[in-house]
This record gives sequence, structure tokens and C-alpha cells, in this order.
Amino acid sequence: MSGRHQLPGTTLRQRTAAAVADERLRGNVGRAVDRFATKRVEALAELEDPDGLRSAARAVKQHVLAELPDVLERFADAVLARGGHVCWAPTAADARAYVTDVVRRHGARRVAKSKSMATEEIELNAALEAAGAEVVETDLGEWIIQLADETPSHIIAPALHRDRHQIHDLFVDTVGAEPELGTDPTDLVRFARRRLREVFLAAEVGITGANIGVAETGSIVLVTNEGNEGLVTALPRVHVVVLGMERLTATWDQADLLLTLLARSATGQRLTSYTHVVTGPRTPAERDGPDELHVVILDNGRSELLGGEYHEMLACIRCGACLNVCPVYRQVGGHAYGWVYTGPMGAVLTPLLAHQHAEAAEVAGASTLCGACMDACPVQIPLQDLLLALRRRKAESAGRGERAAWRAWAAAWSDARRYGATTRAATWGRWAAGLAGRLPVGRDWATGRTVPRPAAQRFRDRWKAGL
Amino acid sequence: MHVTLLITCVVDVVAPEVAESAVRVLRAAGCEVTCDLTQTCCGQPAWNAGFAEEAAAVARPTLAALEAELERGAEAAVVPAGSCATMVRLFWPELFELVGDHDAARRARAVGARTRELSELLADRAGELPPLRLDGDPPAGAARRIALHQSCHMLRELRIAEQPGRLVELVDGCEAVPWEAADRCCGFGGTFSVKLPEASVAMADDKLREVAAVAPDELVGCDTSCLLHLQARAETTGTPVRIRHLAEVLAEALPAAGDDPGAGAGGASEVGTSGGGAGDEGVEG
Repeated sequence: MSGRHQLPGTTLRQRTAAAVADERLRGNVGRAVDRFATKRVEALAELEDPDGLRSAARAVKQHVLAELPDVLERFADAVLARGGHVCWAPTAADARAYVTDVVRRHGARRVAKSKSMATEEIELNAALEAAGAEVVETDLGEWIIQLADETPSHIIAPALHRDRHQIHDLFVDTVGAEPELGTDPTDLVRFARRRLREVFLAAEVGITGANIGVAETGSIVLVTNEGNEGLVTALPRVHVVVLGMERLTATWDQADLLLTLLARSATGQRLTSYTHVVTGPRTPAERDGPDELHVVILDNGRSELLGGEYHEMLACIRCGACLNVCPVYRQVGGHAYGWVYTGPMGAVLTPLLAHQHAEAAEVAGASTLCGACMDACPVQIPLQDLLLALRRRKAESAGRGERAAWRAWAAAWSDARRYGATTRAATWGRWAAGLAGRLPVGRDWATGRTVPRPAAQRFRDRWKAGL
Repeated sequence: MHVTLLITCVVDVVAPEVAESAVRVLRAAGCEVTCDLTQTCCGQPAWNAGFAEEAAAVARPTLAALEAELERGAEAAVVPAGSCATMVRLFWPELFELVGDHDAARRARAVGARTRELSELLADRAGELPPLRLDGDPPAGAARRIALHQSCHMLRELRIAEQPGRLVELVDGCEAVPWEAADRCCGFGGTFSVKLPEASVAMADDKLREVAAVAPDELVGCDTSCLLHLQARAETTGTPVRIRHLAEVLAEALPAAGDDPGAGAGGASEVGTSGGGAGDEGVEG
């Protein structure tokens, strides 16, 4: 299984088949998501009324989205008032160009990054490297996949598909770790910390994402368990934030509610080890912080979703709970989804945000519609309904064979007499073959499964004969 | 109580003994059972695949059949499949609205309000059931240990969680055994099973591995399509687990025939997957 997302050029079937053939991957993913999912349930159970809080969080997000243009304006004004710079980036290319320009203008050679899915989405690292900067990811998981030349397989635990033995070998192969380092996680982390400390001290520009942007003060909230975001935002002279335009709250009260649910839903913690708030660049009275703060507000297809059929997806707070409970994700891991966002939220976001790739639409099929994701979502996004809507959208441009098959099926089964004629044991096989046309559904079912045969007498025959 | 049966297409064609068992148990619970054979299918396969018009076309005769039965005096439509019950109750109104058939949507809401999944209805009528008992299969004196598969739509859409277990516990000589992955999806998912067969099979393996860990005598559920999928995988891998619909277990546990006019052949047979891997009958075309 390739460790990179592979849209375009591969099919979902190819990617999922390759993933399930990798037993080690499945084992690693299964163990990791079980741990997250179990802790999530325990952490939510501590709250007096977790479902009430989820409803409230959903209402907050919907309220913010309903007035998003206003909230964004207030947020941007507050950032400017504190001495920050704001870039409105309609596309990924605009965001890349702006950040690249900031890095160039400061003659920066070294860039330290804190984990950010938005920067993964816009493929920022490649752009900065092309401009001559050395970019180092400082979140441990992100650093691991950067060393491995992979993309994140999980939105909060990007290297979750790798076990400690694989990580040990990677450190030995890529960054000169001694083989004697061992595979104890504590030793691996100590090694990474030592290496990354040099990066923080040398970097001229620090880049982060944002978990929440709070409009009333123009603040950025960052949550991590490693504290690397504190160094990325404090040590380099320039701090660049890439913020998805929907990741806002109007007030601190709203942010407080989301934070109550975010860590619990993500890792099962009450709070992450660090909750870091950045409000403007360093003032003369402050000792730490950057001289310059740039906030890139990323649209990249989001505003097209506002107020439309897929509006609710903009409420996502990127906690990863839906990945951790998804029975499909459990078997295939993240890379099989084909793009930067994975699991159920990725199955919705990929067709919506990566639609420049023709292969993105089918990712909505990477779900059995089992509903576990909806039960886990802290902001109650109706993921299953959104997946169904995306499947209907895809069906509009379905291939001739698939459409013809469904039409023929509907023509037959919209009438009891024709249903009766097609489902007799003697005629069933031929009818199904004709129905399927060129679609190899029989062979696909028989991939590792016996094929159920029709009964000699259907229930309706037995009923007519008298039960 | 007069109930009408929504057979469901999979049960009708592949596992008729499930509906036969359901009829026997319903009658034993004091229900008069009728069945309007102008029904076909609930339309769910097309709905889940994104083909709403086609789903609505197939759902219409089934809606009309259930509606007619309710007008003829049936108090409830009973469905031996959680997933199809969900389609009728929750997705039919949405489906018909979506294709602009507001009249059908209104009728679907009325039918949906009176549609019950089989174990849901039976659990409510547990007091009407005769004493249930299973003998024989396990060593004498040992309980028959049943692992329940909680199918997704039934559990997370209809929120029917406890009823199957309550019914199993009603059976003298039977016990429901808890297990890790009882509520995890089996990987069937309608067209998912043929669009991403490798993932679908991996999910079945995961489920079968978890059930093997508690080594039950039977794996029992309320959705024949899930059970067929698991059975088909278990047959391929040689996993020795008996897989049946809850209705079949309950029918087997009914008092011996003589007082039950519905007792027919096949009521206690296994889910109707005939074995062998050579059965795909030219479906490829």
C-alpha cells in the first residue's frame, strides 16, 4: 500500500484492495483507532449531558456559518487591529503564492511547521521547497510521514498506520539514528525531540494551521499534545497561519464549547496537553512571539458549499472521531481514500473539495452507511445523508452500463407481475446477467464469497400454496 | 392483532424460510398475518447507490401494497429486516419528496408510522408468546449460546437495540453472549459489497474473527442480507459458525407442532445460502 494519497490515476477499488492486502497496516490501524474510540467514549461519559453539548455545538457551528461573511470580517478586522496581516485566499494556489512570498521576502531558508491539515490540502510544503526553503514538520507524526515521503493517513494522527518498529527503521534509514536506538516509544520520542529542537531554533518562519479562529479578539487557537506549536509560534520571527475559512467562532464562549468536545472526541482527553492562543504579533511589552503575524484565510471551494446541500459539512471541527469508529477506515486506513481528508469526513470532503480530480466523486462510495460516524460526530453532522446526496450527484453522470442496469431493474421491480417473472429460480440467473450487462457484479461478489442461490420456491410461492 | 408482512426481496428469493419462520412466530404471538403479494422491494439498493428515481419506482408498488393492507384492517406492517424497515420508516418520505412525489411521501409517512421491525413487534408482544425452549443441539443441560449481530440501520437509525436480546433470553435453554464487535458493521452495505468487494470481505473477516473469540453456537441477526454476506464469507474461509435469522431461532423454540397451523417445512433451517463457490450463474454477462 502506497503511503501517499493518489488522486488522480487510481480507483477507489484499487486503493482499498491494496490496503486490505497489507495485514500490518490493518493491524496498526485497528489497534490505534480502538484506543482512540474507547477513550472517546470514556471521556464523553464524564460529561453530564454529552448529547446535549453535541446539540449545542452543532447549533453554534450552524449559527456561525449562517453569518459567516460577517464573522469573517470581524475576525479579519480584529487581526488587523492587533497588527497582524490578513490574506484572503480564494484558491489553494493563491494561498501558496502568498505564503511563498512571505517566506521569500524574509529571505527565509528554514521553515518550521506545526501540524496543519489545511496546509496539507493546499500542498504547501512542495511549493515552499520549490522556492528554495527547507520545510520541517515538527509534529512527531507529521515529521515521520515527511521523512517517509508519505501523506497523512489520519487527520489527527498522521502516522497512525505505522508501528514503532517501522518508525525506528525509518529514523535509522533517513535521519541517521543509531540502530541501537531501540523501539521503545520513549526513546523514539526523545530522539525526535532532540532533532526537532534544532529546527525550532534555526527557523526564520513558523507555519501553523488553526483549530479555531475567534472573531471577537482575532485570536487563533491551536491544540496539540507535543507543545511544538508553542515553539513554532514563539521562536521564528514570522508566524504564518493557514486557516480554513469555516473554522471560526464569533465568541470565546462558543470556542469554549467546541474545546470541551474537541479533545474528548479526538483522543479521549479532557483537554489536549497544550491549548495555545495566538493574538496578534508580539507587542513591545511581550517577550515572546513573532514580529510578524500573517493569517491566510483559505476558501478553496468552501464558500461554494455555504447555504447549499452540503452546507453542514462546514461544521466539521476535524476531531477524527468519525475515522476512529468507521468500520471501513478500520480495514483500509487513510491513504485508500485518495486525498488529504480520510475516513467518513474525507468521503464527504474529497468529492466536494477535490473535484478537479474526476476520481474524487467515487470516494463517497467508501462507506457502508452504517451510521457509526454520525453517532460519534461532536457537531452532529449528518454524514450519511451527505454521502447519499453525493452518491445521487455522482449517479447523474453515471456510466451508461450502470444507469441502464438500474433502469432495467426498476422497470422490472416496479410491477409485481414482472418482479414475479424475474425472480423465479429458473429465470433469476439469466435476468440478473442481462441486468448487470457489462457490470461484473457476480464476479465481484464472488471475490472471496460463495454466491447465494435462489430458493427453489420463493416465499411468495409458499404463501400462495398456503402457509 | 392483525399484521401484514413486508417480505423483503432478499428473503423472498434467497431465504424464504426466514419469512416462514416469522409468520409462525407471529401467529404464535397471537397475530393474524396477511401478506399482499403485489409488493416487490423497498427500493433501498438503488437509494443507497444514488439512483432515487429508480428507487422510487420500485418502492411505489410496495407502498401501495402495505397501504392497502393497512386500509384492510392491518394494525401494523411487520418487516423481518431492520434495514428495509428503516427504508420504509425513515427514507421513503425523503425519497418521495426528493423525486417530487409529495402524495407518495405523505402516504409513506402514514405507512411508516405503522411499520415495525419484527423483533421490535415481538418484544412488545412477548407476553403473548407460548413458552419457548430449545433442546438438543448443545450437550444436554448446556445453554445454547447465541451471539447477536446488531445490524447498523436497525441499531443506529431505528434505535432498536435491546429487543433481539430480550427475545433470545425468553427462550429457555438459550443465552445471548456479549461480544466485542456486536454493533460493528459486517461490511455488506448493499452495492458497497460489489463495488469494493475486497474491503467488504475484510470487514466480514473482522466480524467473524471477533465472533470466533466468544465461540458461540450460533451467530444470529435480524437482517438477512448481513447474514448472507457473513455466511458467504464463512463458507469460503471454512469458518465453522452457524448463522441464522432470529426468526428461525424463535420458530425452532416454539412448542412442537399440532397447536400451530403455520408450522411448515424449513422453519428451522439455516439461512438459505446453498454452498459452493460455483454459483455465479453467468451474472457477469
